[in-house]
Amino acid sequence: MHNEDQSLIFELSRPGRIGYSLPEMDVPEVDLSELIPEGYQREEEAELPELSELDIMRHYTALSKRNHGVDSGFYPLGSCTMKYNPKINENVARFNGFAHLHPLQDESSVQGALELMYDLQEHLVEITGMDEVTLQPAAGAHGEWTGLMMIRAYHEANGDHKRTKVIVPDSAHGTNPASATVAGFETLTVKSNEHGLVDLEDLKRVVGDDTAALMLTNPNTLGLFEENILEMAEIIHGAGGKLYYDGANLNAVLSKARPGDMGFDVVHLNLHKTFTGPHGGGGPGSGPVGVKKDLIPYLPKPVLVKNEEGYSFDYNRPRSIGRVKPYYGNFGINVRAYTYIRSMGPDGLKAVTENAVLNANYMMRKLAPAFDLPYDRHCKHEFVLSGRRQKKLGVRTLDIAKRLLDFGYHPPTIYFPLNVEECMMIEPTETESKETLDSFIEAMLQIAKETEENPEIVQEAPHTTVISRLDETLAARKPVLRYQKQ
Amino acid sequence: MKHRYLPMTESDKEQMLEAVGVQSIDELFSDIPESVRFKGEYNIKPAKTESALLKEMTLLSQKNADLRTNTSFLGAGVYDHYMPVIVDHVLSRSEFYTAYTPYQPEISQGELQAIFEFQTMICELTGMDVANSSMYDGGTALAEAAMLSAGQTKRKKVLISSAVHPESKEVVKAYAKGQYIDVVEIPHEDGVTDIAALNDMISDDIAAVVIQYPNFFGRIEPLAELEKVIHANKSLFVVSSNPLSLGALTPPGKFGADIVAGDAQVFGIPTAFGGPHCGYFAVTNKLMRKVPGRLVGQTVDENGKRGFVLTLQAREQHIRRDKATSNICSNQALNALAASVAMTALGKQGVKEMAAANMQKAYYTKQQFKKNGFEIAFDGASFNEFVIKLNTPVKEVNQALLKKNIIGGYDLGRDDEALGNHMLVAVTELRSKEEIDTFVAEMGDYRA
Repeated sequence: MHNEDQSLIFELSRPGRIGYSLPEMDVPEVDLSELIPEGYQREEEAELPELSELDIMRHYTALSKRNHGVDSGFYPLGSCTMKYNPKINENVARFNGFAHLHPLQDESSVQGALELMYDLQEHLVEITGMDEVTLQPAAGAHGEWTGLMMIRAYHEANGDHKRTKVIVPDSAHGTNPASATVAGFETLTVKSNEHGLVDLEDLKRVVGDDTAALMLTNPNTLGLFEENILEMAEIIHGAGGKLYYDGANLNAVLSKARPGDMGFDVVHLNLHKTFTGPHGGGGPGSGPVGVKKDLIPYLPKPVLVKNEEGYSFDYNRPRSIGRVKPYYGNFGINVRAYTYIRSMGPDGLKAVTENAVLNANYMMRKLAPAFDLPYDRHCKHEFVLSGRRQKKLGVRTLDIAKRLLDFGYHPPTIYFPLNVEECMMIEPTETESKETLDSFIEAMLQIAKETEENPEIVQEAPHTTVISRLDETLAARKPVLRYQKQ
Repeated sequence: MKHRYLPMTESDKEQMLEAVGVQSIDELFSDIPESVRFKGEYNIKPAKTESALLKEMTLLSQKNADLRTNTSFLGAGVYDHYMPVIVDHVLSRSEFYTAYTPYQPEISQGELQAIFEFQTMICELTGMDVANSSMYDGGTALAEAAMLSAGQTKRKKVLISSAVHPESKEVVKAYAKGQYIDVVEIPHEDGVTDIAALNDMISDDIAAVVIQYPNFFGRIEPLAELEKVIHANKSLFVVSSNPLSLGALTPPGKFGADIVAGDAQVFGIPTAFGGPHCGYFAVTNKLMRKVPGRLVGQTVDENGKRGFVLTLQAREQHIRRDKATSNICSNQALNALAASVAMTALGKQGVKEMAAANMQKAYYTKQQFKKNGFEIAFDGASFNEFVIKLNTPVKEVNQALLKKNIIGGYDLGRDDEALGNHMLVAVTELRSKEEIDTFVAEMGDYRA
């Protein structure tokens, strides 16, 4: 990474330069004013930049050098499963027969695409232990909302209109309560106990005949398996509610435990996490939802079906919650996930989880002496540390995260989950080698040592990045959200 | 097992197990109760080697009729456009595509700046003050606009023009149900929103009126007249717009739109069987703090150097949790980057030229159909789509056209029985005169 200031693309623009090659204008032209009603022809031009192709490429190459991805270095961002994004996925998704299909083409002309989607659904049914899967939701949060809307439709169809509450643990992802709100529910929080698991007594206290569902991540966001899952399922089902599985942490349990077998009624998956659709700097993702039999009628429409003539979409779904996205989901990401699953096979997916969990436990044990380990038991694919010991020395978890940047690492997720003080949530994933883990461990131990001996170096970090800590208060107080020509 | 994505060797494993203090990996899963433990392996297809899988996927992809080897006149919200080759080269920089959301700005300045530039370009095209970093797609962006409007106005009813994309209408209705918002359709009169009907329907419980510009039938809606009715009622004016058309058309911002949403797929993003595309969301300054999703803002670092951060995050789900008004987290960042590169490659001149080329070629095609005796339904000023009447169901026509390597237009009868045998034809800048003439000739037998 280099240190000079980076121009905005607008500042590089020079009138008259072009970076395009539009198709020939080979039909007779008429004056646009004849085609556009008066007052509707644009007068003031959109100030888009004007650059040659090389200058555009240099600009974006320079930007890319100011960005850290999994291919740049270790990225142990908890809950995000920043594993390697296989290159074959990128090639396959770009095949003409996948990338350049129109969603409204005649079904007879897209049988290959439908076959892929159908087979992916079948694979996800087996992996989750559910009865049917829809690929329509575009991302995890979109899947959560879709699942909750189905649960709402189910209760309403049973005339059960008093079920207005969704229960989430205090360690839940922020999207869980937000999705509940957007689906028209109120959120109740259930506490965690001293072992980091859902407190069954508190669950019994909050559950009732107004419970629509409990949303749960298992393993939870502390990286711990909710051992009492069957009791929890009994409590919720006993009260007439449904159990929702947030699949953000599925990388921890592939071939080890299936949501369907744990009693879950609805599951969403993040194909961009466990199944390597790249994160793309924040998206696009894909958030398929799986359901048990009694919720199948409520799946978003259309539903993909297979019969003697081939594959087709069924739009005649009177009890469906409707359409949650135009067309059929983020197909391009689903192609990547399918390619990944077919690259791994059953034994590969099993090894994924086993290696991810061993990597996490190894790091946890190696780091435990220098940081506080709030829950001292085997973790799954990720674990949390607390920086409260360092905080007493004046070094906050934020400082530790910033100091890690100097070592070339993306820091862990910090200050989440909310129920651990000065939290660091670390997820190494299975695609990292022992050498990488050891180097990161060494860096963390060094930072712990610096905290005791020379805290300023940590407090003032980062020292080697293209930019130092940014003034976020200024950004929020006087928002500048676009470039304005001076 | 050995796999190219899994670096752990037997010797690594032994050392690591010892460090953890367990005998086997199985011990690490002892917290999963026996009764829910999955035994063995999934019953799924076995792994394939890289070359074998490439071959299988190639063959599977070839079962589809793609837009590269066929000539498409299908649009209806998703378009086959010129994609500057440079776009994919930028997207293939793995510093972009293998990164997560830029929560650590010091090592994410590239992504943050690219999104800041995207926000600016969307503002320029739409004529709005503020644009966010992207939404899933045009349909869900419109749904979020309806929800924002209900929250802002404290009203629980939304009017949506029947000339809005049918699948977007369905998505708006699904989201509205979640929030207990009523959605009512305004009829169209000859393919354009019926202003007289709107006048009758509007009342002080209407949060927003949603109009598409150009609309689903390709027509240019009279935004100026619509705006008067809508704002006189203190409802929000929501416009769904194809951003490419705004290279030629007066932007919705000039007509007083409060929210402009839509899809930037037209800029460098492959049709990809419907996704991932790239929703955009733009508002007036007044609504800045109500915008769903991520926003990138400019600021300075400790040394006064310009830099970019995610900002106004107090709006978002990870801070507000159950008080959040939108649950969006992942967006379409990589596709926003694609759109930015395409908008940059086209630039100020190219976007005008491309928009004009769409109008010229669609107009030429429409004239050719007229010359050949076809009836144009909803005829009038349009962007790159128009409707022709046929004597045969559109599905049958399209199956016949496919045999000639032509992907025909959209079957309007799918959504409205009254429009059976009506085809929505899209003509982009990519279609040559020869392709257009061939298409018109092939359609000869189906003249109504």
